[in-house]
Amino acid sequence: MTIMKKMLTTVAAASMILSAGLAEANTLKFAFQGDAQSLDPHGLNETFTLGFLSNVYEGLTMLDQDIKVIPGLATSWEVTSPTTIVFKLREGVKFHNGNSFNADDVIFSWKRTLSEGSDQKVRGGMVVDIKKIDDLTVEVHTDGPQPLMPSEWAWIYMMDKEWSEENGAGSAANVKEESANGYSLNHANGTGPFEVTLRQPDVKTVFKRTENHWNKDIISNVTDVIFTPVKQAATRTAALISGELDMVYPIPVQDWSRLDSEDGVSALKGAEARTIFLGMDQMRDELLYSNVKGKNPLKDIRVRQAMAHALDLEVIKKKIMRGAATPTGLMIAPQVNGFNPEYNTPYTYDPELSRKLLAEAGYPDGFEITIDCPNNRYVNDEKICIAAASMMAKIGIKMKVLAQPKAKYFAKVLAQNNYDTSMYLLGWTPGSMDVHNVLNSLIACQNAEKNVGLFNLGNYCNARVDELTTLIQVETDADKRQAYVDEAMQIVKDEVGYLPIHQQPLSWGVSDKLTVNQRADNAFDFRYVVFK
Amino acid sequence: MADSEMKSNSKWVQFLKGDLWYDFTRSPVAIVSFITMVVCLFLAAAAQWVAPFDIFDLATLELMDADLPPPWAGEYGEDKFFLGTDDQGRDIWSGILYGAQISVFVGLASVIISAIAGVSLGLLAGYAGGRIDSFIMRVADIQLSFPAILIALLIDGVMRGLLPRELHDELAIYVLIFAISISGWVQYARTIRGSVMVEKHKEYVQAGLVIGLPSRIIAVKHILPNVLNPLFVIGTIHLATAIITEATLSFLGVGMSPTTPSLGTLIRIGNEYLLSGEWWITLFPGLALVVLVLSVNIFGDWLRDALNPKLR
Repeated sequence: MTIMKKMLTTVAAASMILSAGLAEANTLKFAFQGDAQSLDPHGLNETFTLGFLSNVYEGLTMLDQDIKVIPGLATSWEVTSPTTIVFKLREGVKFHNGNSFNADDVIFSWKRTLSEGSDQKVRGGMVVDIKKIDDLTVEVHTDGPQPLMPSEWAWIYMMDKEWSEENGAGSAANVKEESANGYSLNHANGTGPFEVTLRQPDVKTVFKRTENHWNKDIISNVTDVIFTPVKQAATRTAALISGELDMVYPIPVQDWSRLDSEDGVSALKGAEARTIFLGMDQMRDELLYSNVKGKNPLKDIRVRQAMAHALDLEVIKKKIMRGAATPTGLMIAPQVNGFNPEYNTPYTYDPELSRKLLAEAGYPDGFEITIDCPNNRYVNDEKICIAAASMMAKIGIKMKVLAQPKAKYFAKVLAQNNYDTSMYLLGWTPGSMDVHNVLNSLIACQNAEKNVGLFNLGNYCNARVDELTTLIQVETDADKRQAYVDEAMQIVKDEVGYLPIHQQPLSWGVSDKLTVNQRADNAFDFRYVVFK
Repeated sequence: MADSEMKSNSKWVQFLKGDLWYDFTRSPVAIVSFITMVVCLFLAAAAQWVAPFDIFDLATLELMDADLPPPWAGEYGEDKFFLGTDDQGRDIWSGILYGAQISVFVGLASVIISAIAGVSLGLLAGYAGGRIDSFIMRVADIQLSFPAILIALLIDGVMRGLLPRELHDELAIYVLIFAISISGWVQYARTIRGSVMVEKHKEYVQAGLVIGLPSRIIAVKHILPNVLNPLFVIGTIHLATAIITEATLSFLGVGMSPTTPSLGTLIRIGNEYLLSGEWWITLFPGLALVVLVLSVNIFGDWLRDALNPKLR
């Protein structure tokens, strides 16, 4: 009996070794210029962090390689009344720890997005209640019609209720917490095809392909993934060329020709749907970082106009971006639903006019202001800030650039830190690829109760734009909707709510050993990585 | 007044008649390195007047001028930027001058602070002897077992953690000076201590003791002037080391910030563009550093040999 048992186990072990030997081990090594903020899926609404986590966590809906919404952990959804959407959940989905995914997890995850430290309140706030019908059906109630809710919720990842509560991760871990206070910052338990086996913030993250993922159609043959943040652009390029890394991004735009002339690697370029812009504090009566006391110069439209006409977007495109950017007048990219080229003309470059406007506003000699800027988030982010500072200097505005790594930058300027900034550079890709996302998050007046305008860091505020945003949310007639969008965009432009700069290029460096899918929102989905 | 003039005059004459000057005029290496060093130091000190552009004045920068190669090396360079421009349109030559100023300032300040600290501690250790001596010298031993760059990195790291970012950028230069000086005092202390221990037993010290002079007067007024000679040699060579340490730290990104760049920072910024074929952004600051440090080093070497009685 025991001999029999032993033999059986030996055979079993041998066959396991055999099958493991047959399945080829493909380790993907890639680098980005910074690290993911944390592993908490609700801690920071940043495309890189969320895109990174999309390999580990999944939402009710998901985005495919063309950013189209496809079923994720929900197999189908149906709008049963203007304010109700019923989601049918997928059967047999397991979290990495073996727990089953069910309706309770959906309700838990939604509540978590509304918890204190969450940065996903805008998306969570689209929903007022979720009712459990049975283990695999939930009924989602919204305030008014929310036709965009299913696509926005592709970015709300589902967490395991039991796991989170056991580990004290019942509420979202804030971006302000710099060290690993929260369990969820450095541990993950999702339903995705990859599982995090090692997490060393700012050093290394290792992923392993899970067995028995619900989706058998994933084309990727990657078995392991090693991610390292590499801050120095030249080092990233060199590591790719030497074969040490298989995929790196972003590649400095000035290195494209170098990569293309090299064997075994190539630059993968595209137009990203991300708009880079400068924001201005228009809410405080006195700026936090300026030498003007007792009043806020940025509340004066003439000052904002002066700044708008002082920026030479063509030169930024030509010199900083080496021609690889699209100067923009709108806060949305051409790929985004609602884009209208007629409104996309940037402010004209006219420093003379700027000086005149500044003088009219009572600042003939300009003033001092500090701009917050990330230095490892967007393509050439710090350089754009420095260039903007030198352009502002020509009209008399002394702009000091405070460039920091994105972890520190976000912890300073976002809502969780009371918008501690006077001026800032930010980039935005609407997660749903619809203009409503931009209006609702960036342009609508800040309203913490309704979870609207929470990324409108400078609180540009116009009642008519708010009204239009609500109309756009529910309008189904395409022409009417576009008319509302155009009206809103025109107001923002006339009032210089923001200073749009450009849409940056997607700039990846990829080894010829593999094929990848470059998504227009710059998210890197391992599901589409195939070793040849 | 006339007396002191006479005195300094005669000292000068004494110097010109001395061995050192004689050696100097007979050594082409010394003359060339000395002249190069003086020119470098002068250019660095006078950057504000010599540099064609003020790199700190953002209003004078034109982004259109960015990334221009030197006019003699590329077809689209401009004559007014004879070493080319960087990614923000700053003139590389002006950048080098201002950068060298910061590098030399950090170097000199660290040398002076190290020397003062090292001489005081060495004098104390050598003259007092006993436990004080053992204590100071053991600290020096421990200090010597760490590479200077490591200590500097450590201090900079701690300061970075303690100070908020805005403040750190402003104080970066002082943090650097502190970090470099703290690892440099040991050499001074050891040398001075050795000389003091020799001097201590000479007759003039004994005489001072016999007439009842207090120890500190003997140490500072009588011994110190007799042990200062080696200081010039150590100081010169230390200057070169300090400048290199500063450049290394800035190159690693823990020294001067890009808004007030030293030579090391300039090399780091340029390094990003090296792979892209824009070699001038990093090459010229690198060359400037080499010329500066090499001239100081060669002159220091010559000075050491010239002042070493054993080599005569």
